Amino acid sequence: MAEVALQGRDFAQPAITSRSKALAKLRLSDAVFFQLTRGSAIAVLIILSGIIASLLYGATPALRQFGFGFLVSERWNPVTENFGAAAPIYGTVVTSFIAMLIAVPLGLLIALFLTELCPMWLRRPIGIAVELLAGIPSIIYGIWGLFMFAPFLQRTLQPALIGVFGDVPVLSTLFAGPPYGIGILTAGLILAIMVLPFVTSISRDVFEAVPPVLKEAAYGIGCTTWEVFRRVVVPYTRVGVIGGVMLALGRALGETMAVTFVIGNAHRISGSLLAPGTTISATIANEFTEAVGDLYTSALIALGLLLFVITFIVLAAARYMLMRLERRIG
Amino acid sequence: MTLYSRRRGKNAVVLGLSVAATAIGLGWLALILGALIWEAFLGLSLQVFTEMTPPPGSAGGLLNPIVGSLIMTGLAVVIGTPLGMLAGTYMAEYGRHSRLTHVVRFINDILLSAPSIVIGLFIYEIFVYQVGHFSGWSGALALAVIVIPVVVRTTEDMLLLVPDTLREASASIGMPRAHMISHVCYRAASAGLITGVLLAVARISGETAPLLFTALNNQFFSFNLNAPMASLPVVIFQFALSPYKEWQALAWVGALIITFAVLALSIAARALGSKEPL
Repeated sequence: MAEVALQGRDFAQPAITSRSKALAKLRLSDAVFFQLTRGSAIAVLIILSGIIASLLYGATPALRQFGFGFLVSERWNPVTENFGAAAPIYGTVVTSFIAMLIAVPLGLLIALFLTELCPMWLRRPIGIAVELLAGIPSIIYGIWGLFMFAPFLQRTLQPALIGVFGDVPVLSTLFAGPPYGIGILTAGLILAIMVLPFVTSISRDVFEAVPPVLKEAAYGIGCTTWEVFRRVVVPYTRVGVIGGVMLALGRALGETMAVTFVIGNAHRISGSLLAPGTTISATIANEFTEAVGDLYTSALIALGLLLFVITFIVLAAARYMLMRLERRIG
Repeated sequence: MTLYSRRRGKNAVVLGLSVAATAIGLGWLALILGALIWEAFLGLSLQVFTEMTPPPGSAGGLLNPIVGSLIMTGLAVVIGTPLGMLAGTYMAEYGRHSRLTHVVRFINDILLSAPSIVIGLFIYEIFVYQVGHFSGWSGALALAVIVIPVVVRTTEDMLLLVPDTLREASASIGMPRAHMISHVCYRAASAGLITGVLLAVARISGETAPLLFTALNNQFFSFNLNAPMASLPVVIFQFALSPYKEWQALAWVGALIITFAVLALSIAARALGSKEPL
């Protein structure tokens, strides 16, 4: 009824005014929608700056108290409220390094297999499997690491390492001590499995972007598959591969749950890879809810700020490199 | 040995290594999933879905964390999706070549892979600390911050796939831009947009770190969003690290539920996304 009445009124009025009214209404809704979308885009920027600002604000008491010493001090004593970030930084860097040491060659070889060797019918299933596995939550890797992988390492790999390298000068300290099962090495290995799908899927995408003409030309003059890969594919995609590796590194540095389960959470820097340690994210996850006192909380937030800054730099570099490759391929 | 056979030998070695690497990678991951299924089926029963989390040393289920996870995930999607979609719309429709778009894209890509524990700290600072207590709301907010970049990314990508001829056609019949976007572009890209939301849900349903100090945990059944709320990942974390056999068994079951939920969501997203656009 109301609609009919409305239409009737519209007819009664001169056509010009109703038309301009409708147009004005449309123009208004258009402007509102535009501002809404623009505001949302800006909100994304605000969220990022909000993260940085809130972490800076929260970290200020600890940073003011300890200054630069926060970065280099190994002490972490909640009772005397004396905090230093050296042990978590060391753990984060070493576990990520172990992870990349294993995941990068493995991932590149798998990508080589997928792009050059794999029969067509198998390519899609393996590719999908890799991508699905990249989506499995890290807590699953953590629980597997704790109950299956760590006891396994404790029984097999770790005693073997201690036995084999026991008499070698440098390596004996690197693999010293009782086999705990959990520790820095175990965390590094779990991280390696976790980032493997990332390295693989990005390098595969990048390798597939190489123009077939280039590869065919190389095959045409008699190159072997390895030579084509080494001399044509890798040079062409180098920037992209490095970008992908750094993206995976960003993941490894910030990974929390998989590491927290198996690192042992011990605040000390030990020469041995078999000893328990801690990482920045594991420290925050383990201690934040139990932190009493403003300085303790602030020290943990300062750790978070540190982690964010490190990953931000790594990820920004990764994106920059991937963008450069994209631009070149067009 | 001739140069030719040396080259062939080298080639064979590397190719052999790459096959071995694939076998190791896939085998390793199969091992994890196998262990998960094996361990979890021992503890899987109807009880898991009907009973609350037990006190140490007795049997029980995972009803309250499952419900808590569903509530917080749902809220996070409701909060994060509109914002992400609108931002993605701006980037693909209005400011395709503007400076703002480039900056937002760069920042968004970084947020996409920023450590999730830092997002937990952020929400703790701006919400939990100000309010003075842990709550389901703060957990949902933390998850929403993770949803946004995923949705922004897929919305932009999917809208860019919509052919410009459609836009030109609707402009030529005098359609205002807002109408064109909502009635033509969104509709043409609808499968892709839903894919983005599904991917975002898959991403947050296993997130633990941002919930640890926002939603905390709750041993009891609760719909109260102003109180601490249980969630599946946090309960898994707590139970797995406990010394009690019953809790550890429940942690495995929870892990299996999450894995299956995530895999189902990713497969659904994939099936939807692989359909021909338009």
